[in-house]
Amino acid sequence: MSEALVKIRGLSIEGRADEQWLPIVNGIDLDLHRGKVLGLIGESGAGKSTLGLAAMGFTRDGCRITGGSIEFDGVDLVKASVSARRALLGKRIAYVAQSAAASFNPAHKIINQHTEAPVYHKVMGRGESEADAIELYARLRLPNPEQIGFRYPHQVSGGQLQRAMTAMAMSCRPDLIIFDEPTTALDVTTQIEVLAAIRDIVEQFGTAAIYITHDLAVVAQMADDIKVLLKGDEVEQADTRTMLSTPRQAYTKSLWAVRSFQRPTKAPIATKETPVVSVKNVTAAYSGAIKVLHDVSFDIHRGRTVAVVGESGSGKSTTARVITGLLPPLHGHIEFNGSSLPASYKQRSKDQLRQAQMIYQMADTALNPRLRIKDIIGRPIEFYSGLKGNARIARVAQLLEQIELDPGQYMERRPAELSGGQKQRIGIARALAAEPQFIICDEITSALDQLVAEGILRLLARLQDELGLAYMFITHDLATVRAIADEVVVMKDGRVVEAGSKEELFAPPHHPYTDLLLSSVPEMDPDWLTRLLHERGIDNIGDAASAKIASAQ
Amino acid sequence: MRGYVILLLVMAVAAGAIRLFGGAPLFSVVWDYAYWIGLVIACAAIVAWIFREFLRRAMPEFIAKPMRHAPLTAAFGILVIFIYAALSIGAPIFAPYGEAEIFKQINVLPGGDPALGGHPAHFLGTDQIGRDILSRLIYGARNTVGIAFITTALSFFIGVTLGFLAATLGGWTDQALSRGVDVLMAIPLLIFALLLMTIASEWSYRSGISLTWFMVMIIAVLDSTRVFRLARAVGSNIVVMDYIEAAKIRGETLGHLVFREILPNAMSPLLAEFGLRFCFVFLTIASLSFLGIGIQPPLADWGTMVRDLAQFINFAAYDPLTASLPLMAASAIALLTVAVNFVVDWMLHNTSGLKE
Repeated sequence: MSEALVKIRGLSIEGRADEQWLPIVNGIDLDLHRGKVLGLIGESGAGKSTLGLAAMGFTRDGCRITGGSIEFDGVDLVKASVSARRALLGKRIAYVAQSAAASFNPAHKIINQHTEAPVYHKVMGRGESEADAIELYARLRLPNPEQIGFRYPHQVSGGQLQRAMTAMAMSCRPDLIIFDEPTTALDVTTQIEVLAAIRDIVEQFGTAAIYITHDLAVVAQMADDIKVLLKGDEVEQADTRTMLSTPRQAYTKSLWAVRSFQRPTKAPIATKETPVVSVKNVTAAYSGAIKVLHDVSFDIHRGRTVAVVGESGSGKSTTARVITGLLPPLHGHIEFNGSSLPASYKQRSKDQLRQAQMIYQMADTALNPRLRIKDIIGRPIEFYSGLKGNARIARVAQLLEQIELDPGQYMERRPAELSGGQKQRIGIARALAAEPQFIICDEITSALDQLVAEGILRLLARLQDELGLAYMFITHDLATVRAIADEVVVMKDGRVVEAGSKEELFAPPHHPYTDLLLSSVPEMDPDWLTRLLHERGIDNIGDAASAKIASAQ
Repeated sequence: MRGYVILLLVMAVAAGAIRLFGGAPLFSVVWDYAYWIGLVIACAAIVAWIFREFLRRAMPEFIAKPMRHAPLTAAFGILVIFIYAALSIGAPIFAPYGEAEIFKQINVLPGGDPALGGHPAHFLGTDQIGRDILSRLIYGARNTVGIAFITTALSFFIGVTLGFLAATLGGWTDQALSRGVDVLMAIPLLIFALLLMTIASEWSYRSGISLTWFMVMIIAVLDSTRVFRLARAVGSNIVVMDYIEAAKIRGETLGHLVFREILPNAMSPLLAEFGLRFCFVFLTIASLSFLGIGIQPPLADWGTMVRDLAQFINFAAYDPLTASLPLMAASAIALLTVAVNFVVDWMLHNTSGLKE
């Protein structure tokens, strides 16, 4: 076998936190050969991004390399001078970040940013590089490859920008590209386009790549080999098929098992039962004439979970805002236990407000960072039930136990001292504190690692069984829907496209849009993407998807 | 920045060496200034270092902990503010005489040497009607700093409350308040204050309320426009947070939203701004007093002192010490401004995440 392109030996990296150095990566070895794709997976905090950046000889501010070597094509990047490294970065090693929107400079046109590296490294002249950019855009199947580069980053969609960034990484025909969660922020339907584009271009140019992600199904499509990381240590490494079929380590097996959680099917709803929440023919618009919701209706029954599914911009969260009264609808109304609710939250009584609670996607912005946990949970208790002093504290402790956190340990903490999953649990406890009948969960697991998300889903399921809560579960992740929903509402462009029980919905025949959504969810099978592209017409995946969407309307 | 300080210190050391060995180099005046400036900075740095070490070692943990990362400038700033606060609170103890006490000897020169027109009882001399200048400088701290503090606090109370209201309510409330503030800000602050003070002196005469209170009100209202702008900007970033939405749909009152949910999160930028605005208010008061319509005699005030002693500047060519008299009040103002800004910089650095 030929010499590896990237050879990392015993690499250790430490990061500075709270006035001390803590290990992030502990002595990891990594070999990457030309033209191969290595997938790095692990939970957040596993050190995968740090390791990915280290392959470029780079560490973030506040991090330092404490040991080991990083060899790129015979050059030791740890010992190399800044100028020696600069000659490699951008030219022979490129990086594609998670958020293309945040990584492009909004003040310059896309193509001008594209040509910067080739011109700087004297690989190509400016005109030559522009022509090359257009060719790359065409290969990545961007619409209007001739013109798209002359737009500003905010003028193209997220998926297109992510592809433009991949093109930019290709501009000097590097030997190695590091992809750091390039599709995590995208919808499933857009994700397909970007994945296909990345895979094609890596294959066409024989580029080696490190693909960092926490999504196993995605990495299964992209990588030749997979390395699993846990808290800075390597768990195991194997080629993709072996890893998927026969994982050796218990941790890897637990990662694979996450997707198995599923609630048992419940008995059908008695026809006469009054739904807890009933959305009746709601049409809504933000300021301006463009309607965001068109005649949306569905019911949510006691002890049931209704999943509302759709891409971003389909009106899922707007529906939640109408139900909570933050956005009074133009037409239609919300019924609660059979009686109509005032349109605006300002006109609702304290008891009406108490009955419907909300849990947010970003626990970071949903909890006041300056308050202690006992006050975050204690406030709704005091506000709605008037409990004060020790009675309030006792109730907070009870709620913390309910969400499986130790009261003695967490009562006095602030949100910043909690992990992502714990914060989300506090969000749940705050909603429970009001003793509601109905909770809206707005993408509550999409910012979490799979294992943690699974824990949250199990907790919600248990609480539902104990307290008879009704959930409206907004998500774009169909795996989550499979796990927790009883009924599903599919939304697109502010309309309900399809609604029904989970069994009906996941069984064919589908509505064309539902079909597109369902088929876009990555599967663990490494051949899935190839097969899907073949089914959809391999030549122009982006167009095929949009044609399918257009026919769905 | 660091480079310049090192250069200055090197020059100071060189100048000191030259002085010691009695050489007379070229540009001796420049070397001389370098020596003095270097000496002052070195002394300030040493004092600040000792003060910081004292805070780190002898103080309880909640004071000592932040000081572990504090730069020397911050320690110096805190020390100066501390001294000013002590002087203004304990003015009757520290000052040798009363602030309005008049002596027979007028225009006594500083230095305390009778042969040179001084008087041993008045180290810094007396002013044109025979008041002890040292005592007035110390009492001036109390009046100028105290009044500036009250004014800034009032200005923040008005500005922050209205700014958060505008951010939370939005719509017409926001429009009305913001446009009102725009109108007030369109008129130059000092000229507007002058105009209002002229009117207020008539009100003060009729109502018998001290003009100082009118001045506090006028400057507070004019200055609150700037605070309003900041509070509204900071507030509107916080208002869009989910926890504010959660509080809204919980049914919380406006008061709870503003003071319990928004205010704690806006505390750090507001505190930093407080330090800056304090300096501006302080300078505005000093300027008004200098122009004769601010703090009124017999209250001692640094702005008024600068004006009263201004003519001594003319003696600079013959007697530097006498000429420095108006500069003492001015440097008292300058030193406090610098000190407050050092502390504010440090706080801004800490809260904004601007680490290096």
